[in-house]
Parts: sequence; structure tokens; C-alpha cells
Amino acid sequence: MSEFKQTFNSSLGKKLIMALTGLFLCTFIIVHLGGNLLLFSNDNGYGFNLYANFLTHFPPIEVVAYILYVAIIVHALYALIVTVKNRRARPVGYAVVNKSPASWSSKNMGLLGSILFFFLVVHMSDFWYKYKFTNDVAFKEYRTDLATNQTTESDYTPVSPTFEHSATVENNVEIVRVKDIHAKVAHSFSNIWYVILYVVAMGALSFHLLHGFQSAFRTLGWVHRKYTPIVEFVGTWLFAVIIPLGFAAMPVVYYFMSLSK
Amino acid sequence: MNLTLKVWRQKNAQTAGKFVTYQAEGISPDMSFLEMLDVVNESLIHKNDEPIHFDHDCREGICGMCSLYINGHPHGPKRAITTCQLHMRTFHDGQTITIEPWRAAPFPVIKDLAVDRSAFDRIQQAGGYVSVNTGGVPDANEILIPKVIADEAFNSATCIGCGACVAACKNASAMLFVSAKVSQFALLPQGQPERYSRAQSMVAQMDAEGFGNCTNTGACEAECPKEISLTNISRMNNDYLSAKLFREEHAHENNG
Repeated sequence: MSEFKQTFNSSLGKKLIMALTGLFLCTFIIVHLGGNLLLFSNDNGYGFNLYANFLTHFPPIEVVAYILYVAIIVHALYALIVTVKNRRARPVGYAVVNKSPASWSSKNMGLLGSILFFFLVVHMSDFWYKYKFTNDVAFKEYRTDLATNQTTESDYTPVSPTFEHSATVENNVEIVRVKDIHAKVAHSFSNIWYVILYVVAMGALSFHLLHGFQSAFRTLGWVHRKYTPIVEFVGTWLFAVIIPLGFAAMPVVYYFMSLSK
Repeated sequence: MNLTLKVWRQKNAQTAGKFVTYQAEGISPDMSFLEMLDVVNESLIHKNDEPIHFDHDCREGICGMCSLYINGHPHGPKRAITTCQLHMRTFHDGQTITIEPWRAAPFPVIKDLAVDRSAFDRIQQAGGYVSVNTGGVPDANEILIPKVIADEAFNSATCIGCGACVAACKNASAMLFVSAKVSQFALLPQGQPERYSRAQSMVAQMDAEGFGNCTNTGACEAECPKEISLTNISRMNNDYLSAKLFREEHAHENNG
């Protein structure tokens, strides 16, 4: 075991951990964006609520979710450890700020990461925690006539406080009762401060990944004349443009929808 | 040319230093930066002041001895040159120039602008060599090496070990230096027997010296007087992680 300990305590080993957890988080946000695009489907939250229910009640996904939380914590913790060591490596700073041409994002990964961490605390305590551990989120009942495929919705008040969800079929009518997280999302995104926080955080995500995605590949040692341009292209357009824009569009669209109500 | 110099003066590693302002007068634009400092030092000696201590040797950009962090750039504002090759025509009359030593914990200040870079020597001694048996001179081109590989290895081998990469890095990381020294052998057939042990021992020494961690900002590559590329760092990462995680360094025990 001591050989592994030595490997992961070395400067390159710590960076390996940061790169691997970072790339894992990158794959997660693709899935997260994909699922959340259901917010844009015009079904008053039916698809989104069923999706949220599936995520929280399908055991394999729950296992992956806990690996994800560990990855976030490890990534942040190692960033802190590495930063402390970097500061110690230059106890006396320069009087003239370094003018070496390096990208702004590469020099501010710690700041960007801190914004993201603060955002995650707010984001998870507002949706994840309230959904999973409190009864703050109301329930909805969806009745789908299987013959006509017509869905009607109504509020549902559970008889027991421990009720989580149910799916039954009676007389050719499918009855699904799930937590209405969609209403909670719509409520949160009608608050302008919430929208500003989300948009700023997605800006931070964009710059964090603009450097982070390709940097992780460099740390792993995967640099190649043929493939590095592809990695940089994906890091820029998918992770720094499309994904942050997609996420930022959600609070913005919901805010304007709340204004027109 | 008349210039205002703000120079870091520090008696030794134990005492605290401070900036002292000097006027450099009657400087020719054709002088090198070090010659300008020589002129300033002459005037200081005439005034019975202690001259400014700075490192220099060959003054033709190949020894890696000169340093100086000039107006926010190691080796001054121009690309791909050392301080000794920087000429005063790069500056304009009346300009204020701030001169600082390399700043890094593993590079303690010896005096004024000179720092102790023996940490680099210790990293080199940890594995920056190939073990060969001496004997008759081998025939040229006995071992064939593809041109691309030879070019890459020679590019890495141009590192003069000046430490500008450490000075430029926001984390004071020595990765560009170490990776150039690892790469120049890792690419060539003669370097293969010790390839994985070399990467491990040189990185271990780098960590022991107290250099920071690489965050791939690319400042080192931009400031390197020999234009050593960031690719070296990835190449070393690959060798190091491969050595640590996938190579077997000891023979299997004989169970039969």
C-alpha cells in the first residue's frame, strides 16, 4: 500500500486525482444538462418530475450519485491542498505582477472553483436536500388514460408523511404520484437573485472548464498532435459554451415565464 | 538614455530585502541589460556603495547563468532570449525598470538579485543522466533514430537550466525544467533502460525541493529563453504515471 500512498502524495499524483475527478464531473454535467432539458418541454413539469423521481429512486443511480458527491469533495479538497503547497513555494511575491502570457482562466481556477463550490452548496441545499430529506416539496398526481394517452394532473396530499412516490394502474388509467420539484424550480427561478447567482455560476463553469478540460488531459499525459486539437475543441465548444449556455438558459427562461404569469 | 531602476537589494538569505531606486544615466541603447548594470555598478563603486550583485557568465545566451525578473518578465519583455541578450533599445528613455530576483522557496536569495539554483543540480543528479560503459567510439548512426524523434529530443535538450520557468510560473513549479531533462533521454534509445526510474527519481527530488504543482497555465513555455514546449510536461506526466501505476519494478518472486 505504501507505494500507492507515495504515488498519490507526489505532486503529479495529486494532480492525477484532480484530473480524474474533474473529468468525471465533466461527464456528469453532460448527463445533468441532458436530463434537465426536460424543463423546456411544454408539459407543465410532468417529464421533469418523473425524471427527478427516477434519479432519486433507482438504486444504481443513487450509488453513482454518492460517488459524484465524493468526487466533488475530493476535487475541492485536493485543490485546496495543492494551492497551499503552491503558495508555500513562493513565500515572497513579486512587486511587479507577472505579465507572462497565460490565459485568465488558467490563472484563476481557484477563484472560479470557489464560486462553483458556493453555488453547489446553495443549489444542492435548495433542490437536492429539500427533495430528499424534507417534506417541503408538494406532490402531484398524474392520471393518464392509457386508451387515449391523455394526462390530467392534480395536487396530491399524502396520507402518511413517509410517502415517497407511487405508480399504479386501475381501469386502464395509470396513476403516478411524485414530488412536484418542477414547481419548486419555477418558484426559485422567479427570484431575480437566484437567477443572477445561477448565471454567474455558469459563467464561472464556462471559464473553469475552458482551462480545466484540456488541462486534465495534459496532466494525464495525453497530448498528441492529432488528438489534442480535438480535446481543445470539445473543451471549448461543448464544455465552455454549449453546456454553460444550456444551464444558464433554464433560470433565465423560467424567470421571464414567471414575469408573464 | 536615462533610466530609473528599482532594484531589489538584500544582504543575504537571512535578512529582509527592500527596493532601492538608482538613476542609470548616459546608457547607450546598444548596451546589453547586463552592461547597463555594469555601468550602474561602476558609479556605485565610485561612490563607495556596495555594487548590485547579479548572476552572469557567458553573456551569449547559452550558459543559463543570468536571471533577473524585469518589469514582470523573467529575462525581460522579449521572447526567447536570456537577460544578457536583452538590449537597452528595448526600453525607452526615462522608463522605470523594476528588477527582482527569481522568487521561489527552493531558490533562496544569495545576495541582491542572485539566487541559489542548486536545487536544479540536485534534480539533475537524481537521474538526469544515462549510465553507459565507456569503451571504443561507437560508429555513427549505429542506432537509427527517426528524424522527428531526434528533433524532439534535441529541442528538449536545449534547456539551459536558468530557472525562468520557475520564476514565471504562478505556482513556482519546476515542471518545465524537469520534464525537459526527463524528455531528452526518454525519447532516445540510449535513455530507455533508465526511462521509468529516471522520471520517478527526478520528480521525487523536485517535490523534495519544495517546488509548486503544475496547473498547465503555459507561462513557463512563453518565458523560456530556449522555447521548451509544454508538451515535455505531458510527456513526463505520462512516463511518471505509467512508471508508478503500470510498470513492474521488481521481478516476481519465485514460487516454484
